[in-house]
Parts: sequence; C-alpha cells; structure tokens
Amino acid sequence: MTLMSYRQALHDTLRSEMLRDENVFLMGEEIGVFEGSYKITAGLLEEFGEKRVRDTPIAEEGFTGAAIGAAMLGLRPVVEIMTINFSLLALDQIVNHAAKIYGMFGGQARVPLVIRTPGGGGQQLGATHSQNIELYYAFVPGLKVVAPSTPADAKALLIAAIRDDDPVLFLENLALYNTKGEVPDHDTPAMIGKAAVTREGHNLTLIGYSRMAHVAKKVADQLADHDGLDIEVIDLRSLRPLDRQTIVESVKKTHAAVIVEDDWLTYGIGAEVAATISDGAFDYLDAPVRRVAMAEVPMPYSKTLETAALPSENDIIQAVYQTLDAIGHRRSKAGPHD
Amino acid sequence: MTDETRIARKKSKRTTIARIPMNLNPSGPAERLLDFYREMLFIRRFEERAARGYTQALIGGYCHLNLGEEAAVVGLISALQPADYLFTNYREHGYAIARGTDPKRIMAELYGRVDGVSKGWGGSMHMFDLTHRLLGGYGIVGGQVPLATGAALAIDYRDGEEVVMCTMGDGTTNIGAFHESLNIAGLWDLPIVYVIINNGLGMGTTVEKSSAEPELYKRGAAYRIESARVDGLDPIAVADAAQHAVEVARARRPYLLEVVSERLRGHSVVDPAKYRSADEVASLKEHDPVHTLATRLVADGISDDATLAGMDQEVMANIEEIAAFADASALPDESTLFDYNYATPVPNDSRRLPGEPLFGAAPTSGVNQ
Repeated sequence: MTLMSYRQALHDTLRSEMLRDENVFLMGEEIGVFEGSYKITAGLLEEFGEKRVRDTPIAEEGFTGAAIGAAMLGLRPVVEIMTINFSLLALDQIVNHAAKIYGMFGGQARVPLVIRTPGGGGQQLGATHSQNIELYYAFVPGLKVVAPSTPADAKALLIAAIRDDDPVLFLENLALYNTKGEVPDHDTPAMIGKAAVTREGHNLTLIGYSRMAHVAKKVADQLADHDGLDIEVIDLRSLRPLDRQTIVESVKKTHAAVIVEDDWLTYGIGAEVAATISDGAFDYLDAPVRRVAMAEVPMPYSKTLETAALPSENDIIQAVYQTLDAIGHRRSKAGPHD
Repeated sequence: MTDETRIARKKSKRTTIARIPMNLNPSGPAERLLDFYREMLFIRRFEERAARGYTQALIGGYCHLNLGEEAAVVGLISALQPADYLFTNYREHGYAIARGTDPKRIMAELYGRVDGVSKGWGGSMHMFDLTHRLLGGYGIVGGQVPLATGAALAIDYRDGEEVVMCTMGDGTTNIGAFHESLNIAGLWDLPIVYVIINNGLGMGTTVEKSSAEPELYKRGAAYRIESARVDGLDPIAVADAAQHAVEVARARRPYLLEVVSERLRGHSVVDPAKYRSADEVASLKEHDPVHTLATRLVADGISDDATLAGMDQEVMANIEEIAAFADASALPDESTLFDYNYATPVPNDSRRLPGEPLFGAAPTSGVNQ
C-alpha cells in the first residue's frame, strides 16, 4: 500500500495501463503540452509522445466520436473531457453512438472506450461549470458509469474501465483530486457494477457516490464519535449498473436510509436509489427515505449562495437526526449539532 | 441525349454546377460498364422490392432508398479495396450490396429477421457487416462522420495501409460534427475520403436554402483538404474521381468528394415528394442513371435490348429469391432481448422485462391474509 492523492492514483494508473497495452492512448483538450487542466496527465506526453497523448482541438463531439471510431477498430482510447459540463457537446456521440453500437449492430462491434471527466461544484465556477449531470449517462443502457470516491477506487475502477470492452463514463470530482488514501500496489481491477459498504452499522444506512460517498463516511465517523451512532455507509461506486442488492440488504438491516448526492434532487440518482429501497425493502422501513441533494437552481457564483445551494455535512447530520427521531431512536449523547 | 433539362434546373438555382460531361464512350473496357450496369440494375430492383415490402408491411420503421443514386454507389465502392472501411448513413442498402454483403441478409435485416446482417437489431438505417468492412449505416445525420474519422485515426495509429470512406448527404455538411471531423482529419493527416452525396434536397429543403456555400466541395478548403465535385449520374466519372480520392487518402491526406446525384423518389418510402414540380419529376425520369446507361450501352454497341432484358429478368428472379429468403427467416426470439446488453458482462446488469418487479415476485398484501 502507498499513501497517495486521488490525482496521483489516476496519473499512475493511466501510465501503467499505457505501459501494459500499446492500444491504450489518451485524447483530450490540453492534456499534452499543458499537462491537463487538473494535471492528471502531467509528464505523459514527454514519456509516450504525441501519438499516444493527443492534444485535440476544442471539439468534444469530434474527438469523442473519433475515439469511439478508433475503439471500434480495437484501440482503447481514454478520453479526457475537461469537465462533465462540456460532455454535453458530445452527447450525441456518447448516447446515440457509443452506447448503441454494440447492441444496434447485433454484437458485431465493441467500443472499449473510457471517458474520464470531473463533476463537482463548490469552486465558484458558476452555473455552467458546476454541474453534476452523470445522471444523463447513468440513464442510458449500453453505457457503464463509475464514480470512485477514494484514491484506491480511482485506481481499481480506472483499470477495470480501461480493460472493459464497453464504453465507460468515469466520473471524477474536482474536490476529490487532492484527497489522499492508501492505494494497493497491485493492479487488480475493481468489479464494475458492485457497490461497497465502507462502514458497517445498524442504526441507519447512508448512501452516496463520488464526493458524497467521501463526505458520508466522514459524517458517519463523526456521529459515531459524538453520538455513539452506528451508521452504515454505502459507496455506490457504479451508477450503471446499479448494485441494488447491496442497498436493499443494508436497509433491511438498518430499517432507515438517507441518500446524499451532489446532483439535483428531482429525478436524480437518489430518486432511483429511493425507488430501489421502496421496491426491495418496503416492509423493513421504519421511516421515509430521506434525500439530501443540491438546491434546484443554476449554481450561483457568489460564495454565500453557492454554499447555500450545495449539500453540507450539517445538512446530512440533520437529515440523519430527523430520520432517527422519527423512528424514536435514542442517541447515547446529545449531538454536537443539536 | 442531352442534360439540358437537368442543367437548366440546376441553373435556376443560385449556382451553376460545373458538370463533368458523361463519358460513356468506353474510357474503360466494355466489361466494366456492363458490370456497373448489372450492379446498378440490381440495386434498382432491390430497392423497388424493398418499397413493395414496405407497403406490404413486411418492413417497418423508416426506409430510405438509393433510387437515383445507383451510379454514385457503384462508382464509389469500385474504388475501395476489400480491406478498406466504409461508414455511411441511413440510405445504405445499395452500399452494402456493392460492398459485397449478401443481399439476402440485407433484405432479412429489413424484415427484422435473425438472418439479417445486424441480426434484426438495426433495420434499414443500421446495416453492419464486419466481414465486408461496412462499419455501419447510421441513423443520426452526421453521426458517422466523427466515427469514420476515428477509424482512420486507428489505421494511422497502426501504420496500416487501409483507407476509410465516409459517405453522407448534402445536409450533413451543415452539422458541427462534419466540421469538427474535417478539422481533425486535416490536422492529423488521416487516411479518409469524405463523400458528400448531394442530391439537392435534405428532406424537402434544398441545398441552396440550407447551405450558405452551396458548392459543398469548397468546404474542404477551410481545412486544407483537397476536394472535387463530380457528376453522380455517370458511374465511370464517379469511379475515376473516387479512385483519385482514395489514392490521396492512401498517401495520408484526407479528401472531400462531392457527388452530384439525384433522389428519384421521396426522402423515404412514405414521402410522396409533393414539393417537387412536374418539370422536376420529368427531368428526374429523363436523367435516371440506370435508364441512361442502358441507352448508352445499346447505342455504343456494347449490348443490345434483348441482352439487357434478359439481364433484368435474371435480376428480378434473384430478387424474388432474396425476398423469399427474408420471408422464411425466423423472427428473433424474445429470450434474446438482453443478448447484447454489454460486451463485457458485469454484475447487476438489468435484464428486467417491462412488467417484472425489481426484486423477485411482486409482494403479496399482508392486509388480506
């Protein structure tokens, strides 16, 4: 195990996969000479050359489509779309082409493509640069969507995505790039389609993905320390396929759930998780499923408004308290946030 | 035979088409012309049979035919080697035939049967045949253009000798994907020939009403891509122009070829094309590439009426066999619905039919028990 940042884990994994397989190459805006907007690809142009680290024109539809076409001929492109907001410009290629080609042609062509792209608000980037629209892709059959929340998962899921023969949208997060964690030294891929229970508990299930899986774990640890609460945390890791079984089994044990998400609430990922709990654990619920999600506004620039729009740790804690209060669960001590 | 009507029609528009004159006085051997004719006739009869199948409700969805485009199809495809790749759009039955795909499997695809070239998953707009390197008909206007560009990138990446041909309609040249792709191909010296089939109409909107530069081949200049315009009713002219384009691409420069073609009928089978004047319809008939070539073959002594009639009978009989094969092919079984969810299987992949609950059997009510 090595302690490293999420950014470093991504960088090192790209490098090791490029060394392992010469069909793996990188495409994207400013990933070469500029070393990437978030420096994930720093040094790779120098090491691998222009053939394998391609600076593209600002043409998301064109270069994403070109990556799909190259993948159809057996290459394994890893495309960086600078932020998920810009992926909208490539929506036709991702949804109408990458997601369709395998099925629409009766299995004759595969699209082993990875699209790496960060979401995330909280950087005062305003309405067009702060969105969490992974739902658009998680909605579409034919795509796989993964969302690592730790450096270890960033590595294991990126290996899995690159070696997978289907198009994978690999969701990163601006706020996670500098977070650190222990990363295994071996190159074992993660299982796409499996969630992880990152903290076991019996009082309530907290469910999140990407940055919010990280925050949920932190909140659960705090509540254990301060309130003696025993909260289970699920990191979804994979948004398509969605590991419904792990969610339902946890709620059957804890009888209560709070879903935390950085996207908008209405029709969001949390809505699908809540529906899953309703379908699979209805008789086990002691309280309505709560969702903590971003306020439904275009993200404002001003810090006070941006902070108000984003789900906070305190928002999560209050939702947990209110859910447990509804059940009549008694906390061992008064919480710090009461 | 003159082209006065056709040229007059074109002249009535904002621009004049600099047509390369029909050159059917054998610049190539007579056998080549006869081969082209046989193939054009085959595509003509196949498409007519497809139209009939559509009106008989044996074919569903959208169905766009290559009627009037036959000379362009055979000329273009004649320039490709077996290892070269073809990407095209939703008007692609003729291209698949010319590429060598078994027409029985093309018709079976139109019928939505298991023997279809895309196993009944694609339909008219989405034919795919890896064996003959037809990498897809695509239903979204412009969708195939970035994909084809990426295929050319893969060839270049591996230092391959193949080229990609990517055909599209005139309307495609106004979509962003076209410009983004040509820019990338121009920048990276990709081995690709972009072909615009300019039949003068989107669905019913003319090129002049949709393109600020209606001489579409000129758009190559913006990306320093060599380009030319050719008469799409003359298979030899198309073949020669395509041959040159393919040579340029094989030498690692993209090429843009505009083929001025015709669409004899509506945009799709169900379009009566009421937006066309009687003059226009008469002109289309007069310039029908299949009839024009037949007339010239006889006039030049390459063939005679009886031989051509015999050829037509042979083709018609073949087409009936093809339709019978498609009709006899089985419909896909419902149990195969999830066969192509993913190429790499993963846990928790959804295989739920519309009425099925997510978790096992539907819960029974506790109230009445």
